[in-house]
Amino acid sequence: MSVKKFFILVSATPVLALLAYGLSRDLGSFPSPLIGREAPSFALSLFDGGTFSLDEHRGKVVVINVWASWCIPACYNEAPALEAAWQRYRERDVVFVGVNYQDREAAAREFLARFRHTFPNGPDLGSRVSIAYGVRGVPETFFIDRDGRLAHRHVGEISFDVLMQQIERLLNGAGGLS
Amino acid sequence: MMTRAIKGTIDAENIVCSRDGGVTPRHLRWSVCILAIVLSLMPCSLWAAAPDLETLVREIAQQLRCPVCQGLSVSDSPSELAHEMRAVVREQLQQGKTRQEILDYFVQRYGEWILLAPPKRGFNLVIWLLPFALLPVGALAVYAGTRRWVRNRQAATPPSAALDPRYAERLQRELDSYT
Repeated sequence: MSVKKFFILVSATPVLALLAYGLSRDLGSFPSPLIGREAPSFALSLFDGGTFSLDEHRGKVVVINVWASWCIPACYNEAPALEAAWQRYRERDVVFVGVNYQDREAAAREFLARFRHTFPNGPDLGSRVSIAYGVRGVPETFFIDRDGRLAHRHVGEISFDVLMQQIERLLNGAGGLS
Repeated sequence: MMTRAIKGTIDAENIVCSRDGGVTPRHLRWSVCILAIVLSLMPCSLWAAAPDLETLVREIAQQLRCPVCQGLSVSDSPSELAHEMRAVVREQLQQGKTRQEILDYFVQRYGEWILLAPPKRGFNLVIWLLPFALLPVGALAVYAGTRRWVRNRQAATPPSAALDPRYAERLQRELDSYT
């Protein structure tokens, strides 16, 4: 191998390696720095006129789903699973709350009516809740344990099985964070 | 009324000063003018010393990555989320938080990924030090390339051998025939 080829190889390898590393990283898979820490408290004015305050639900498992009516198809695909999981766990110290991200009110209400969501849902005014939780896109679902710590963050469409698995884990008091 | 009162005072001082000798009403008028100019410039200098709220918001937002964009800062992004993030920065500045506290707030939620310039520690040091590490390699490559180019050039130059006497003689004859 000539000296010229050797220098080209030595110079290009680290640059290409860094480029490959950067491009191969999935932004959605980055762990949230909030995992294991106290979940940021917030209050949400709900579409039905009430108010949801996270602080009032300490001691329960809380599932926060961030969604939008323009989020197609992921938010539409996961919507039935969220309502089904809520119906299954609503009597077992589990709270669901929907945070509607950067949406039009009419479209959001239409979405809720279409999927007959009965758990609390409210618009995220000024995206304050989304920013507080480091949301990068919709849908994202957060799981808060009984101690008020953020236990898990799921990026993208969530299935009924994953919802059940995470909720069961927190109801059983599993300490492992993910 | 007030202007008149001040003017009266100046006039009275002018008389006193003139009587003492040295300071004339003209000097005093100039002094007042200069003082007025200096005073009018003061707010500008104070303005320059302490940047206004929007400048600070822009400076901090330039350090933050827009989470829903590709390679855009929160300051440059037209997205709604970036707009809301700028509003959060503004609110926190109004609450008296420092630049570092505000950056920390976003890092705690999004991770260090949110900073456009990664902190100079850990694996990030590679990004900061790699250009300096590659500098000598580049310099060496340039040196080697230049050296080879010079060597090839020298090799391509025909040797300045002495001209064959027969050709020299013929050349001379040819040249003489043109003169």
